[in-house]
Amino acid sequence: MTENKMQRRGFLQCMAAAVALVLIKPINAFAAIWNSSAFEAVKLDEVTNHLNVEVEIVSQDIIIMAPDQAENGAIVQVEVTSNIANTESMAILVENNPTPLIAHFTFTNGAEPYIVTRIKMAETSDIKILVKAGDQYFSNTKNVIVLENGCG
Amino acid sequence: MVVANMADFNTDNMKMRAQLKADGLTEVKVLISHPMETGRKKDDFDQLIPAHFIQLISATLNGKTVLEAQWGTGISKNPYLTFRLKDAVVGDIVSVTWQDNLGKTATHNIAVTQA
Repeated sequence: MTENKMQRRGFLQCMAAAVALVLIKPINAFAAIWNSSAFEAVKLDEVTNHLNVEVEIVSQDIIIMAPDQAENGAIVQVEVTSNIANTESMAILVENNPTPLIAHFTFTNGAEPYIVTRIKMAETSDIKILVKAGDQYFSNTKNVIVLENGCG
Repeated sequence: MVVANMADFNTDNMKMRAQLKADGLTEVKVLISHPMETGRKKDDFDQLIPAHFIQLISATLNGKTVLEAQWGTGISKNPYLTFRLKDAVVGDIVSVTWQDNLGKTATHNIAVTQA
């Protein structure tokens, strides 16, 4: 009886170790850990809270190039340039998407604060860009009218 | 089973170009084949298609990190990305690595060329 229990405990410990091994993901190239609370947040202000943004300064030095009207919300090309000195990072948010945070980029070692990418837009919405420079956050928005929803 | 999931994607899933332009900046364009499933879409049998999307992507120039990104489900299918680098010269190596929510990962290296 006791021996059986011991064997079972040994087996369970062995299984636990195996599960732990499987759960360890390759860390290799990535210093960053995916910010699940920010990406899973469903409201714009929740996202900015999770990104630790307290005060945003609206800035025309953030240039957002996106179509005024998008035929297909599944693919909306966005080009963002920050002319703010010492820009460290840039986040792309779509206010009316089910989860507003689209992407977050950090620039180091001579990368320009400039990104072109393609995003999904569920409906007509502002695209908001958040820029971090030093201890300050700056933002700008651009409205895009979406004719066909792209988040199916 | 999980281990099989973590197997590297073939680098055929990535296309890259790094061109040094007249303004001295190197423009890197990246195209990745990836479904970028949100987890909210249903298939023909009304079953939810599980989320499958790239979460982390990083770029290095000669081994030094230049760009680190986190992505959500809102990046379009077959992601496209352009970024620009100062201080790169012809022959420098740009490397881009991504990892998705299922632990799949791929890396692609390319040398900077004159535009």
